[in-house]
Amino acid sequence: MSAPTGEDTKNISHLAAPNRENSNRENSDRGETEGKNVGGNDLTFANPDKTYLDSNELIINMGPQHPATHGVLRVILKLDGEKVLGTECIIGYLHRGVEKIAENRTYTMFNPYVDRMDYVAAVSNGLGYCEAVEKLLNVEATPRAKYIRVILTELNRIASHQLWLGTHALDIGAMTPLFYTFRDREEILKIFEKYCGARLTTHAFRIGGCQYETYAGFEKEVKNFLIFVAPKINEYETLLTTNRIWMERTKNVGVISAADAIALGVTGPVLRASGVKWDLRKAQPYAAYSEFDFEIPVGTNGDTYDRYLVRMAEMRQSLRIIEQAVNGIPEGPIMAKVPKVIKPPVGEIYHSIESPKGELGYFIVSDGSTQPYRLRVRPPSFVNLQALDVMVRGLLVADVVAVIGTIDIVLGEVDR
Amino acid sequence: MPNMIAIWMPNFIMSYLGSTVTPGEAGSQFWALIYVLIIFAGVSVAVMSMNWLERKALAHFQIRLGPMRVGPHGLLQPIADALKLMLKEDIIPTEADQFVFWIAPLIGLLAAFTVYTVIPFGPSQAVSDMNIGILFMLGVSSLGVLGVVVAGWASNSHYPLIGALRSSAQMVSYEVAMGLAVVSAILMTSLNEKGTGTLSMIGIVRAQEQQGIWFIFKFFPLGLIAFIIFAIAMIAETNRAPFDMAEAESELTAGYHTEYSGLRWSLFMLAEYAAMIAVSSIAVTLWLGGWMRPFVRLLHGPSWDFIFSLFPGLTFLGLAAIAFVGVLRMPAHSFFKIQKIGLAAFGGLLGFIALMLLVIAIAGRSEDASIGSRLNESIGYIYWFLLKVAVFMYLFIWYRATWPRYRFDQLMRVGWKVLLPISLAVLIVTAIVGVLVA
Amino acid sequence: MADDAKTPAPPPPPGGEKKPTAQKPAAPVPDPPPVKPVAPVAPAKPAVPADSATPPNPAAPAKPAGPVPLLWTSPLVEKYRSQYGTALEGQTYLGQNYLTVKSELIPNILRLLRDDEQFDYCVDITAVHYPKREKQFDVLWILYSFPRNERIRLTTQIADGASIPSSVSIWPTANWLEREVYDMFGIQFEGHPDLKRILLPDGWKGFPLRKDYGILQQDKEWVQINLGIESGQ
Repeated sequence: MSAPTGEDTKNISHLAAPNRENSNRENSDRGETEGKNVGGNDLTFANPDKTYLDSNELIINMGPQHPATHGVLRVILKLDGEKVLGTECIIGYLHRGVEKIAENRTYTMFNPYVDRMDYVAAVSNGLGYCEAVEKLLNVEATPRAKYIRVILTELNRIASHQLWLGTHALDIGAMTPLFYTFRDREEILKIFEKYCGARLTTHAFRIGGCQYETYAGFEKEVKNFLIFVAPKINEYETLLTTNRIWMERTKNVGVISAADAIALGVTGPVLRASGVKWDLRKAQPYAAYSEFDFEIPVGTNGDTYDRYLVRMAEMRQSLRIIEQAVNGIPEGPIMAKVPKVIKPPVGEIYHSIESPKGELGYFIVSDGSTQPYRLRVRPPSFVNLQALDVMVRGLLVADVVAVIGTIDIVLGEVDR
Repeated sequence: MPNMIAIWMPNFIMSYLGSTVTPGEAGSQFWALIYVLIIFAGVSVAVMSMNWLERKALAHFQIRLGPMRVGPHGLLQPIADALKLMLKEDIIPTEADQFVFWIAPLIGLLAAFTVYTVIPFGPSQAVSDMNIGILFMLGVSSLGVLGVVVAGWASNSHYPLIGALRSSAQMVSYEVAMGLAVVSAILMTSLNEKGTGTLSMIGIVRAQEQQGIWFIFKFFPLGLIAFIIFAIAMIAETNRAPFDMAEAESELTAGYHTEYSGLRWSLFMLAEYAAMIAVSSIAVTLWLGGWMRPFVRLLHGPSWDFIFSLFPGLTFLGLAAIAFVGVLRMPAHSFFKIQKIGLAAFGGLLGFIALMLLVIAIAGRSEDASIGSRLNESIGYIYWFLLKVAVFMYLFIWYRATWPRYRFDQLMRVGWKVLLPISLAVLIVTAIVGVLVA
Repeated sequence: MADDAKTPAPPPPPGGEKKPTAQKPAAPVPDPPPVKPVAPVAPAKPAVPADSATPPNPAAPAKPAGPVPLLWTSPLVEKYRSQYGTALEGQTYLGQNYLTVKSELIPNILRLLRDDEQFDYCVDITAVHYPKREKQFDVLWILYSFPRNERIRLTTQIADGASIPSSVSIWPTANWLEREVYDMFGIQFEGHPDLKRILLPDGWKGFPLRKDYGILQQDKEWVQINLGIESGQ
């Protein structure tokens, strides 16, 4: 492998992996680790038994089983004392071959598999997949189905953010928000259970619309939920937002600039906290989002505290969307006219939605048969996790856990 | 011979029950030993109930119930835990230094328990009243650092060593601020006619008695700031949240007691809780008036004394009432029969203690130096002291439930860059104000 | 199932004016003039898949076979066609635009897209395997431009065993995306700083997403060595 081509109009050399020999990289942006590189070449993780002559460096493994990494993720940290010089993520512990499975299932059979990827926000996954196949079939879901889809997806966004908040606070040391968020999340899961029978892996939508009509009392329960949860979100904020310890642990920790975020392909709240006001629900609306009035919260610094604020604001905006949606669900059929056997014509399609973690995309290649020829899932957590390396350079070990939490990864989606 | 036992022994006992001097002053090793054993038993019970309270209170903060099965409302859970830990396999890493591994928890325990010799539960209810009492306390509690370092070193493993060094660095840094806050409290003891202060623990409370004000309110807000500094420093001393980075589960370095299991680990926990009670006692003694009942100046007189002397009995009566309410609220199911009986018996025991205390309070209301009134006074002193310490214990748990953790470098920054300058400033201003006032 | 998906199914004309231009840039296919009854009978029935040789004409329903890739005319395509000629083609299918380029153009076209056309966000890099084709792999980039709010796909075809220049120096996000393509397909990316397996264990043999991998197959050797079990399949 030759050195990467120089001659770049954009200087993104600082985003290259730190542990590879990189001849045209400046060492000046490495700061105080400058003097430690004997011979000017950086040493690789690939041969850990290579000894360092002037080594204050330590390689520590945050192994796959660890209370802090959310799932089976292995992070190898290269430390100088407490400071992190570089990281390497080893993933694939949860790889189940979802894309290969897709080539051997019909489109309808594959629908439940999609929930298992980002199992925290299963409804979003289902929405993306169903919409992608509908695009391939060139049909559109009925308006009523679109509204129901929006309501359930936004409820799932709130649930996903609540889980994120609980686990993130737990990593930083605050034990109680975890229990509060899980208790409030129960209400959402009760609504899901009443609607489609499952709490976590919901399989809520079908290709062409929804299978289940909303149950009697659905609107009332959703409205009650909105009234119930708004003060709870305020309660979470009271516990954390102005807490001096929380601010010290999260401000200026894990900073990523907007340019770096775009270059690294980071999407979702991480990108918005860095200052880029971009949300697929507004930029390329899908599923009735164009009919609702909501804002996109944006941060300024791109640090952990801003990501926290952005997600809290997103929860509130989701409440707004749900309120508008539930007040005006149109009547009509819930399923569009889709053939019993789904055989899309030959072609390719890419469709993406804004899941709670970022841009979740489905690229489907159809060869005209009942099974997809190739189904690619573009996982937001996978791409966001790449940015971990850039975010933790120069931080202390205790911050690595906080940054992993703030990126909000779900290993089921990273590994598929 | 039987005469001697029938007459001499009770007199001997009575003379010490109503004693006005500590065994140390009286020079009686026998009574010192008795007091030590009482304190040892008391602290052990206190640690066990603190364990129970921590689990229950933390659970209730987190909207769950905590232990409910082992005994009614989990009251026997600490006993179950202690039994389990004792019966666990005693694992010693082969690479560890055997003798040092064995002795490390003992050092910590030693440091934590020796401090109790000077803690004043009352004007004569202490094992010994050294005239350098507070200095002794600070010195001996610093030995706890040695226990931590030795434990980390003896484990012969990378992470416990790092955790131990961090813990010890943290404890040492906050001792400086603690010491300065203590000094500013001691300065206030010298505001009497003779102009001399005292380092003796009993003397400090006596000084608050004579000046008629708890030192937390003295020279407001100086006493308050010194108290707050001490309160923060004592949390860091004992490695409790929000300063518990060195032993948190989600960090890489898992703390100095990683390699310890079973009984040895429980010795560390015992030492930690005992240290918590010890430093709370220092705070209570120095700033909150020790054994003094509240509002001594404002609400004085024999009737007010009588009312306040009813408090111990009423507290136990309240606890007994809570226990009986718990019995009533238990589900009417056969599974809960034993728990109901147990809780009712516990409530009965509490009620019995309450009754005894009330009887003593009523019997001892006269002003003469009878045995009843001296008993009444002693019980009063001990009760108020323990109540204040219990408030601090609850606050420890509350902090743990509410706040996230400080990162280690932020923790050290707070200790050196925030607390130390403020405590120095408070010390200097207290000295100046003291001179001006006197 | 090994259709060449790039060949548009020449349809019976619904809108006749598009037909001639639609067929020209496509790969030439022997195309008997479509003789179809014009009256649509079955609504919205998708096309039956045809085999590779015969032109894929829908059998029973008179309705056209569904949407077809149409020519994508835009200033961007014009500019690059004038620069690169026939090595680059632009088409649009169901409203999504994509460019098909010859593999010699990579990475220049990518760099131009990023710098001149402001496609600064690389959404995805993936590949598709057509084992019956001569150039078996379709490597594609999905790009998005924040200023233009526009998404574009770029496809190129390479043969088995050939390697393709890496785009890590253009978008750092390509690092893990290309590693996954290598892991699943075995396509080598030249210039990638650290091309090794990402999702599968390091010693795994075989590239699962290839069509000749088979879902019952696994690396028995790896399983036996590392997990110590006889593979049950």
